[in-house]
Amino acid sequence: MAIELEHYLIVGALLFGIGLYVALAKRNFVGVLMGVELMFNAVNLTFVAFSRFVESEQPLSGHVFVVFVITVAAAEAAVALAMAMLVYRNRETIDMDRINLLKW
Amino acid sequence: MDDTGSIIAFWLLAALTVGSAAGVVAVRDLVRALVLLITSFLGVAGLYITLSADFVAVAQVLIYAGAISILLIFAIMLTPLASRNNAETFLQVPGLLLAALVAFTIGLVSLQTDWSIADRGGFPETASAIGEALLDKYVLPFEMASVLLLVAMLGAIVLVRPEGTPEE
Repeated sequence: MAIELEHYLIVGALLFGIGLYVALAKRNFVGVLMGVELMFNAVNLTFVAFSRFVESEQPLSGHVFVVFVITVAAAEAAVALAMAMLVYRNRETIDMDRINLLKW
Repeated sequence: MDDTGSIIAFWLLAALTVGSAAGVVAVRDLVRALVLLITSFLGVAGLYITLSADFVAVAQVLIYAGAISILLIFAIMLTPLASRNNAETFLQVPGLLLAALVAFTIGLVSLQTDWSIADRGGFPETASAIGEALLDKYVLPFEMASVLLLVAMLGAIVLVRPEGTPEE
């Protein structure tokens, strides 16, 4: 059985679902960040798979988009680390269910 | 993509990627979850290679498996008094339902849609074409990405600067 586009799309869908669950349900802030990175990876995989298989005049545009997504993900990880440090300095915890200052 | 080698490679890499991503959910210790996450990143890099995306695969290894995982390790190590527990909050059941629904919907749509498949082989090499596209058609987003990286770096430095540091 040959490997087609759908195989990669299913892997991307599974990876996105796992990442979404981790980002929504994990207690630790770093765990939530891991989920976000998993979702970025799923989207990138889908981009590259479409770029490889689907009819297009400029098939490499998907690769260029993936390069931009990786850039933005790196910037996001740096700022998120800074925010985690800031929260930790004030509250001595980075558990999501204990960061409830805005809760009324 | 119908020779035996690439079929075996795809199934192995897909199992590695999804399996270690599921391990990130299951493992209770945060550092072990991070190690499994790096394995998942490397599996995705292997899948890029089976898609003949050489430049993106190397960028994935360098930036995700290298830089971003180091940032996450820093985030763990710099918060020594915080809990290392990787457990779920009260959102476990709704999160699980929503994630399963989203994955199911994406999978169903991707199976039902009739994609216009191009009948061409893999790319011979992509790095030079990506470089030309970045400096020709996508030069404005390229410059904006560099400004974004600078702003993110400065913002991170300003955010974590200790309070009471004298201004220059």
